[in-house]
Order: sequence, then C-alpha cells, then structure tokens
Amino acid sequence: METVIKTENLTKRFGDFIAANEISFEVYKGEIFGFLGANGAGKTTAMRMLCGLSIPSSGKATIAGYDIYRQTELIKKNIGYMSQKFSLYDDLTILENIQFFGGIYGLSNKQIKDKSESLIEQLGLHQEAKKLVVSLPLGWKQKLSFSVAVLHEPKIVFLDEPTGGVDPVTRRQFWDLIYEAANRGVTIFVTTHYMDEAEYCNRISIMVDGKIEALDTPSHLKKTFAATSMDEVFYQLARGAKRGD
Amino acid sequence: MKAVVVTNLSKVYGKEKTRAVHDVSFSVEKGELFGLIGPDGAGKTSIFRMLTTLLLPDNGTATVDGFDVVKDYRQIRNTVGYMPGKFSLYQDLTVEENLNFFASVFGTSIQENYHLIKDIYIQLEKFKDRRAGKLSGGMKQKLALCCALIHKPTVLFLDEPTTGVDPVSRKEFWEMLKRLKTEGITIVVSTPYMDEASMCDRIALIQMGKIMSIDTPENIVAAYPVPLYAVKADNMFLLLKNLGAYEKTIYSYAYGEYAHASFRNVSDEAEPVKFLNESGLREIEIYQTTPTIEDCFIKLLKN
Amino acid sequence: MKQFIIFLRKEFAHVLRDRKTLLILFGMPITQILIFGFALTNEVKNSKIVVVDNAKDVASHKIISRIEASRYFEIEEAMLNANQIEESFQQGLIRMAVVFPANFNHDLVHQNKGQVQIIADASDPNTATTLTNYVSAIIQDYQAEMDKVNAIPYRIEPQVRMLYNPQLKGVHNFVPGVIALVLMLVCVMMTAVSIVREKETGTMEILLVSPFKPMMVMISKAIPYLILSLINVTSILLLSVFVLKVPVNGSILLLFAESTLFIITCLTLGIFISVKTNSQQVAMLISLMGMMLPTILFSGFMFPIENMPKALQIFSNIVPSKWFYIIVKSIMIKGVGFSEIWKETVILIGMTIFLLGLSLKNFKIRLA
Repeated sequence: METVIKTENLTKRFGDFIAANEISFEVYKGEIFGFLGANGAGKTTAMRMLCGLSIPSSGKATIAGYDIYRQTELIKKNIGYMSQKFSLYDDLTILENIQFFGGIYGLSNKQIKDKSESLIEQLGLHQEAKKLVVSLPLGWKQKLSFSVAVLHEPKIVFLDEPTGGVDPVTRRQFWDLIYEAANRGVTIFVTTHYMDEAEYCNRISIMVDGKIEALDTPSHLKKTFAATSMDEVFYQLARGAKRGD
Repeated sequence: MKAVVVTNLSKVYGKEKTRAVHDVSFSVEKGELFGLIGPDGAGKTSIFRMLTTLLLPDNGTATVDGFDVVKDYRQIRNTVGYMPGKFSLYQDLTVEENLNFFASVFGTSIQENYHLIKDIYIQLEKFKDRRAGKLSGGMKQKLALCCALIHKPTVLFLDEPTTGVDPVSRKEFWEMLKRLKTEGITIVVSTPYMDEASMCDRIALIQMGKIMSIDTPENIVAAYPVPLYAVKADNMFLLLKNLGAYEKTIYSYAYGEYAHASFRNVSDEAEPVKFLNESGLREIEIYQTTPTIEDCFIKLLKN
Repeated sequence: MKQFIIFLRKEFAHVLRDRKTLLILFGMPITQILIFGFALTNEVKNSKIVVVDNAKDVASHKIISRIEASRYFEIEEAMLNANQIEESFQQGLIRMAVVFPANFNHDLVHQNKGQVQIIADASDPNTATTLTNYVSAIIQDYQAEMDKVNAIPYRIEPQVRMLYNPQLKGVHNFVPGVIALVLMLVCVMMTAVSIVREKETGTMEILLVSPFKPMMVMISKAIPYLILSLINVTSILLLSVFVLKVPVNGSILLLFAESTLFIITCLTLGIFISVKTNSQQVAMLISLMGMMLPTILFSGFMFPIENMPKALQIFSNIVPSKWFYIIVKSIMIKGVGFSEIWKETVILIGMTIFLLGLSLKNFKIRLA
C-alpha cells in the first residue's frame, strides 16, 4: 500500500502551549481518513501543518512524498482543500469559480473548459451554471466546492467539517462524491462532528489534548472501547479532555 | 395559556421574494422543550427572529407569553431570553464582565438568579477573568447560555446552540437544558443535528421554510410507514450501488457503518439478501431496525 | 441609571482594551501637527523671490541688501514689468515679488513717504504671509533705523498684495484645521464603527431583545470618544502653543466650549452613519470619504473657499467643519469673543439637533 501522508512525532508549540504533541500516523492512497477530536484538541493546527500552511516545531512529515519543511509549495500543488467556512466566492458565478480555481492550480484553458463541462454535467447544474454561488442552497455549495477542490486531481484532499448544517439527504450525496473520489485513488482526509460520518471512514483517529489517543478502523475502535457506536467511543475518549480551544 | 403560538407565519426576503418561512404554524406549551429540527437555510433563524421581535412577519401572527410579536414587542423583549446562532457576546470583555453586563441590561444582578445558572457557571468560574474571545467553543456556548438566562426569562430561544460544537460538549449542553426545564422555563431550540431531536419533548421537522411534521420524537418515529432494515456487507460502496439498483428498494442510503433500506413487497429480509448475494456481495448482515429522526427526515425529504 | 453606568463602563473597557487603536488616536493629532508645522517652515526657507528695483537708489539698495542677507530667501534681481511678474507667478517660478517704484528715495526724502509693493502667491497662504511678514519686518527695521538719523520720520508703506487668495483665509490655519480633522476622524468614524461593530458581531441582536433603550446604547458609545477628543484638543493646543509658537489669542474656555459643541456635532454624525449602515467597512468608508474629504476640501483649511466655483461655495455651507474652522480661527488667531462667532455656533447647534432627530427617526428597533 502506498503511503501518502506520513508523520513522525510531529509537534507544534505556541510558547508554552503544545497544540499538537508528537503526532505519528500514516495515511494510505485512496483511503478515507477521519480526523476527529473535541474543540481545541489540536485538529486545526495539525491540519495546517499537513497542508504546508504552518511549519512544525519539531518532528517529521511527508505529504504526497514531499517534505513539509522544505517543499511546502510542491505540497500545495498536490493537495486540495475545502472548509466549511471558506470554499467558494459568493459573488462569482459557478462557472467563474470553477475557472478561477482551475486557473490558480495551473490547468490549461482547454482542461478548464472540459473539466467545468463535465463537473456541471455531473452535479446537474446546467440551469445554474451562470448564477451567482450565493444563490445556491448550502448543500449544493458544499458539493460544488468539493468538486472544485479535486478539480486539479490532487493526490490528497483535506476536508474541514465539510457537511456542517447540511440536510441529511444532501449530506449523503456529498459522501457519494467522497467515495467516488476515493475510488479514483484520491486520498481523503476529513474532519467532522457527525459521528455517523466517522463510520463512513476507512480509518479514524481521535485527538485529545494535542495527542492522538486512538487510531483504527471504526469497527475495531468500537470493539476496543466496548461501545455500540462511534459516539460512545468519542465520548469515552474526549470526556477527559482538559483543554478547550 | 400557551407559551408560544405561531399561526400561518410567513417571511419573504429581497427582490426575488425568496420564501424563508412559509405558512408555519405551531404552538409550544409552558415548560416544554420544543425543537425546530432542520438543515441550514430551512428558515429556523427567521422564525426565531420573528418570535424575538427582531423581524416583522410578512403574513400570519405569533404570540409569546400571550403578547403579540408585532404590537407588544416591548413586553416580549422584557421577558424572553435569546441566544442567537452566532456567538454574540463581547469578545473583549471577560466572562464575568459579560455576565454582569447582561444582568444589568435586564435590571437584575448575578446574585438574584444565580441558582438558575449555578450548574453552568461553576464550570466557567475558573475562567471568569478570561476574555470571552479566548474561550473554547463549548465554553463560549455555556457563557452565552448563562447570559441569556440571567434575567430568568419565561421563554428561552436558543438558535442552533450546538452548531460547530464537539459531541461531548453538545451532550453536556443538552443535559443543561433538561435541568433548566425543571425550573419551569419554556425552551425553544433549533438544531441541524438530527440526533439531538430525541432530547426534545416535541419537535418540528422543517425544510425550505415549511414544517413537514410536528409531534413528539417517539410518535414521529412510530409513524414510519414501512419496516426499515440495516444492511452491511464487505464493500459499502458496492452495497449502496446495488441497493439503489434493486427494483424492490424504496429508499436506501448510508447510515453510519450500515446502509438503511426499505423495500416494497418483501415478506422478510431473505429476498434482498438473495439479490445482494447474486450481485457479488459477501458477509451480508441484515436486520430490521428502529428508524431514527434522521430516517424520518430523509423519508420526508424524498417524498 | 445603574444600567447606564454599567453600559458606560463596558464602553470604556472596549476603548481602553484596544491598545493599537488607542495609540493611533492619541498619536495621530501629534504627528499631524508636527508634520504640518515643520513641513511649513521648510516651505518658507529657500523661497525664490524676485526684486524689481525701478528706483536703483540708496534706499532701495539698502533694503535689498538686507533682504539678501536673510537666510530665508533666494533672491534674484530683475527688471520685470507687471505682466512678466504675473507670468512668473503662474509658472510657479517665484513665490514673492518686491517692487520698488522709481523715485523711491526721492519720495522718502522729499515727502517723507515711500511705497514698496510686495506681491505674494497666496494660493499657499501660510507661506505667503510668512514671507510678506518677513519682508515687511525688514522694511520696518530699515525705517526705524533711519528715524534715528532724520528729524522727520520716514514712512515707508509696504503695499502688500496677495495674489489668488486676497483675504488670506488660512493664517496659521493648520492648527484649527488639524483640530477639525482629528475631531472628525475620532468622533465620526470611531463612533460609527463601534456601533456598527455591535451589529456585525450580533450583540446588537441581543441588546434589541432586551428592555434596554437603543438610544442609550448610542449615547454611552459616544461618551468615551467625547472625552478622548477633549484630550486630543488639549494636546494639539499645547503642541501648537509650545512647539509651533502659534498663540491662542482668545479665551481658552470659549475655545473648549466650542470644541465640545463640535465634538457633539461629530458624534451625532457618527451615530447617524451607524444607523444607516450595517458593516464596519461601509461605516469607515463613509466616514472617510464623506466626512474627511469635505473637511479637507471645504473647510477652507487647505483650499480657500472664495476661489471655488459658486456651487461648491454654497455646498461648503453644509460641511460642519467649515463653521468650526471659522470659530477656532477667530478665537485662536483673531482673538475675538463669543459675540463675533455666535452665528457659527448657532449653525453648529442647529446641525446637531437636525442630525440627532434624523438618527432617532431612522433608528431601527428591528433587524430589517
């Protein structure tokens, strides 16, 4: 199995505060990896380091084969990123957003044209292609921004709470997109507060107070913690958390 | 007298006349914990804002504590507690200063109603000199709740209090609400998390500005019309694909580690299992399961 | 009342805890005064002037050599006629011309009276006055010296002609100007932004759903900035008196009273902007573009209003800082009392009442 994310004792300190404490894990190609943790456990900090946005205090890591200290620009070229807070420009149309993000990842005009056509086809957005993104319902927006995040065929895509507040049907459609991408070999690295979504992941890690306290497949975790649901597993682990963000 | 009565309430926005709330009616008993359950953009916030007199309805009427939301807005503002969806406290004031401030805005003091917030405030007390902006998400939520409670409101409106909060803090938050209920405070709460619905006495499922169903969570679940099965197999992706393609499937979708599915014209689970086996899936596990509010919501959406 | 006090306490906490903004608010007037003050003296130095000596006699030579001895001027002697002088001014080649008529000494000796014409480019009024004052002083010096020698005193009359800005609006004008600017900025912008911030962060939503009177929110927002502004006025005056040597000729008390009035005008303007806008950005832009620019353009501080087209002159009347500017200048520089500025005061009071009424009428008790 090809390893696309590998971290060894990755640590980030802010003064006395250790936001991420000696994190070590591996993520394999085509895997859906759930990255869970209570508010303030250090998920955001860890994710920023992995995306090359923040330099670690110590430890080693490679993303898509690139070193996270020296090759952050190469990392950025090979990953996609989507968050709940920022995803698309509300005041641009759907087509313009696709063109813009295709452009910044260096796709050729022809590629952008083909990609946007197939994307609009796939999402069934013919009617809306020339409409401003602001007019789209939240669920559609999130599906679209996921598609935009994988437009340049990244090796890994990072999703930060992609489905917050989305209705249950659209949420599942969103996960259909994730599964398809994973099937194509894209590695998915996702955070969520929905515990049922944690079950959709191949493996999940749970962070508590800056450390990874558990990492396994959902069914193994449930067995280990003698729990009937992921909710219980999470509760058992995070209940003892000392800090908030 | 009911705590909240909403009759044919409607609200449209902007030039395009987007219907945010459409002909919504419901009522909330005194001392009840009532939940508005629905995704973002369903119209929950608009309903809350109309009930807290912040927005004028375009149609219909509503009363809170018997006061009309348009005519008697002053009385309503005196008696209700409101916690908006976005964290809305002064980030540059400390925990204690925020609480003090909101107490005096309502002409009361922390001491006067301390018993109401005691359980919650105890957890915040060690941070009382910390600025609100520096608190964790869960702590902010607790502080906001304290501030909304400090004047002992008759009705408490909580707009998505648990959005973006981790599952542990969410659980704690709901336990606090249950305790408040015993104080006789009516609570109207909204949430996009379906699993929180079961914590409410009664719920309204809302989507696209319309209420699809109002009842107790138990009744809503009991009204699920067909048997629902939980299915598992060696390959989830293929399982969902095949369930979708199966001619006797009514609905099928992922639900945690299982897929949930309902079938028409099948006497027991043997028939779908046979089909899945023939489609090449192995390690098939299937059993009839009790629907959740999420299952009910999905059914209502797909209708 | 207790409510109001706790509200006020909260506002002070907001203002005092935002250290960076506070530093800017107190630092800005000081830097502005210093920049304006020193930029100005640099202007005066090395000013090019031309001397047209039609007399070429003893007296004119003596005066010219005295002017030459001054370190301020770059002097050039040329025989220019009136048209040529005009042209040099227009091309910006010279800042001042000193013209001696033919028979200058003759007039002095026989009529005990001579005339010197001093023409200055008053489109930059500060420089113009400084230069003309300087030359007039040199001439007076010479006159005083001659008086000791002669039985009958000479009277040399410098005929000062200000080109382009004859009434010289703007003598030492930058101090009143900076006061107006700073008050505008602090009171209008900061007040507007701090009220709109409550809307943006959602705290206004909670305050609306409470028994608290919205107008009280605004008044308590305004008070910290009132105090802050008075401190700023004090520091500007101290700087101008002790560092820049611009005196306050009139009553300090009156000056502070009028400043307070103008501060209140600005605060109501800030409140009005906050009532009409929903984002800090918009509030800031309106305050900057809508208030700062007119203050700079139409108060007479930078550009003489008299030289503007009629339409703009009329427009300048609705800019509050214009009136305040007149008031401050009258008190500081002319040293006049209240009887001379009551009209401007009444106008400012009127504007304040009007804006307050408008804000009250437009205040939303709901979100939309």
